[in-house]
Amino acid sequence: MQKSDKHFWEVDFAMIDVANAITLLANYIIVPSLAYGSQLALGALGITLVYAVLRFSNFAHGEMMSFGTMIAILMVWLFQSIGISIAPLPTALIALPFSIITTIFLLLILDKFVFRYYQSQRVQPVTFMIVSVGVMFFLAGFIRFIIGTSKKNFADGERFIIKASEFKQMTGLAEGLSIRTTQAITVIATLILVTAIFWFLNKTRMGKSMRAFSDNEDLALLSGIKPERVIIVTWMLVGALAAVAGTLYGLDKGYKPFVYLQLVLPIFAAAIVGGVGNPIGAVIGGYVIAFSEAFITFAYKRFLTYLLPDEWAPDGLVQLLSTEYKFAVSFVLLVIVLLVRPTGLFRGKTL
Amino acid sequence: MKLSITNSSKQTIFLFLCMGAALLFVGFFQSWNLMLAILNLCLISAIMALGVNLQWGYAGLFNAGIMGFAALGGVAAMLVSKSPIAGAWQAGGMGVLLGLVVLIITGILVYLIWTRYAHKGRVRFWYVVIIAVAGYVFSRYFLDPAILRIEAFEPSSSGYLGGAGLPVLFSWIIGGILAASVAFFIGKITLGLRSDYLAIATLGISEIVIFIFKNEDWLTRGVKNVTGIPRPVPYEIDLQSTLWFQDTTQLIGLDLIQTSSIFVKLCYTGLFLSVLLALLWLCQRALNSPWGRMMRAIRDNETAASAMGKNVTSSHLQIFVIGSAIVGIAGAMLVTLDGQFNPSVYHPLRFTFLIWVMVIVGGSGNNFGAILGGFIVWFFWIEAETIGNMLVYILTLPLAEGSAIKNHFINTAPQLRLLIMGLVLLLFLRFSPRGLIPERTPHK
Repeated sequence: MQKSDKHFWEVDFAMIDVANAITLLANYIIVPSLAYGSQLALGALGITLVYAVLRFSNFAHGEMMSFGTMIAILMVWLFQSIGISIAPLPTALIALPFSIITTIFLLLILDKFVFRYYQSQRVQPVTFMIVSVGVMFFLAGFIRFIIGTSKKNFADGERFIIKASEFKQMTGLAEGLSIRTTQAITVIATLILVTAIFWFLNKTRMGKSMRAFSDNEDLALLSGIKPERVIIVTWMLVGALAAVAGTLYGLDKGYKPFVYLQLVLPIFAAAIVGGVGNPIGAVIGGYVIAFSEAFITFAYKRFLTYLLPDEWAPDGLVQLLSTEYKFAVSFVLLVIVLLVRPTGLFRGKTL
Repeated sequence: MKLSITNSSKQTIFLFLCMGAALLFVGFFQSWNLMLAILNLCLISAIMALGVNLQWGYAGLFNAGIMGFAALGGVAAMLVSKSPIAGAWQAGGMGVLLGLVVLIITGILVYLIWTRYAHKGRVRFWYVVIIAVAGYVFSRYFLDPAILRIEAFEPSSSGYLGGAGLPVLFSWIIGGILAASVAFFIGKITLGLRSDYLAIATLGISEIVIFIFKNEDWLTRGVKNVTGIPRPVPYEIDLQSTLWFQDTTQLIGLDLIQTSSIFVKLCYTGLFLSVLLALLWLCQRALNSPWGRMMRAIRDNETAASAMGKNVTSSHLQIFVIGSAIVGIAGAMLVTLDGQFNPSVYHPLRFTFLIWVMVIVGGSGNNFGAILGGFIVWFFWIEAETIGNMLVYILTLPLAEGSAIKNHFINTAPQLRLLIMGLVLLLFLRFSPRGLIPERTPHK
């Protein structure tokens, strides 16, 4: 290569390179992380609600999400067999209401026969947590017995909103950007659901009593808030969140019962990083976890090749951690946050 | 010697006799080989449960990272017993060692800055981040090429550094020490946390440990498994060709192949049983010592205990390390029994939460309870498959033979064992939270 006699800071910056680099980031980090972050945010919101109102860490949340997804899949199969579909959109969207209702029903049964007793005994949070481990075992066995352990893809309809090749043609860039339908649906559904939950918590009477209950249980009881109703409404919200989060995750990445057990940890990480018991924190935490997983395991070689002058182009992959450690990133982040700022980014504890 | 048999010890003896009868039942009606296989794993489970009981029963610490410590023990068994691979060491041993030294120095620096510069506030955090990242990148400069060379060295048969080539029994101690030292660091950073945060943090850390074992091929061969870990007991094939063994079996009139396999399993049983009894003796001594009483005092009322001048944090750290070491020993024993190290078998349901079910069902705070729990729960974990199959058989009787739904449920029947375990745990928590053999309180 001919050596230029200019200084390195005088290299003329081609706008096309910058555009390529940005597209590269958007394709491999921003779009997937937005979708994954939304799924984590919904999960973390569920965990945080349980923590705020019922005051324990719910290890069974992953299996609750898995249960909702299983119902959605069974409904999708039913709809497909009788020929109902909403063409470009996946059938799972019309299965979702059924999944939400069934999951809420399941959680209310669990509340009545399992959790309520310990609530009335006012046991320590750690006992509650062990109870949730029991529920996790039970649900895991039940789900795997019903639907088996193999991977199931239930996304149908149009696969892409923008394909990488179309994007390249449209813009003339070397890098493509692809957005899958499931990713778009995930982000939109999360937006709607999170807005609805926040509206509920802040504007309705029930939401306000939930916040009061979470803030100070005894004071809430004194002012005439019925604890049973608060707890039932909490489980209903948690059920809806779990069903939607699980179904969206399964739709996006394929459903495998085993994965949902592993998913609990990034979700806990999201809830704790944001500040457990704090709904805004849970949502932000979901995106923080998703984006840091992507940023830390991304190989920056191509990105840097676009931006840096040719003679500076890196030889290696320029990757902080190999992609296999993606899940581990969230655990490390979790541990660091627990040590450095146990209350999370947004001071947690109460709703 | 005066023997006083109280009501509760009568119950203990009765329950253990029942357990023995169940095992004998398997021996007579299924096979002695199966019975010994179950018994050996029961013994290992009991040791793990003993370790968890130490942490939960004595001190009230919820350690959800059992899986990680069991895997650390397992990796010790592999690293101690396999012979070193000279070619791999030549190819990249130096680089790996240099890289690890850099990492250790970085760790020490980070620790020093974190503790010494507490007054600097936020600046301290960024110092630590910069040093950690710089140290990590610098270590990768040594590690990356070395790892590539090691993994390229005969990848189909080795591709890792190998072990130390020492007798495998030695690894049980090393496994304990390794688990203890990792537990020391984990305990140092997590024991200040609230009970449920501790659970989540330990669960996360144990997942990281497994991730490392799965992905660092130069150390563990990753998911390609290390097989053929040397045994502390004779091989069946050698026994079958040994003269005295042939003579003895002929004299008693037993089948040579069957007997050799039973003999090997019995050797393991002897080894495991002696470890269990030694640990039980130590745990009982500890429980009834002033130290044990202090632990329970801290568990029951932390504030009161610390007002009495007991150091809560350091006591918690001690018991966390000791309990984890016991789990590490059991992990090493398990890999010795299996003869292979495979990081993908470590799964939190089987290696963390099942052990918890054992302790809670058996009776937390009572060592005999934990051991009994280990036996019973493992026994049912194995036999639940039979029960599940039977249940499915009965439930699907009305369905036509060979129908898709029937076949599906017959295939997924083994998963019922999870459901049964969950149900058992929930029922015990609700109706018998103190377990089968409850903790004995001195004041009645």
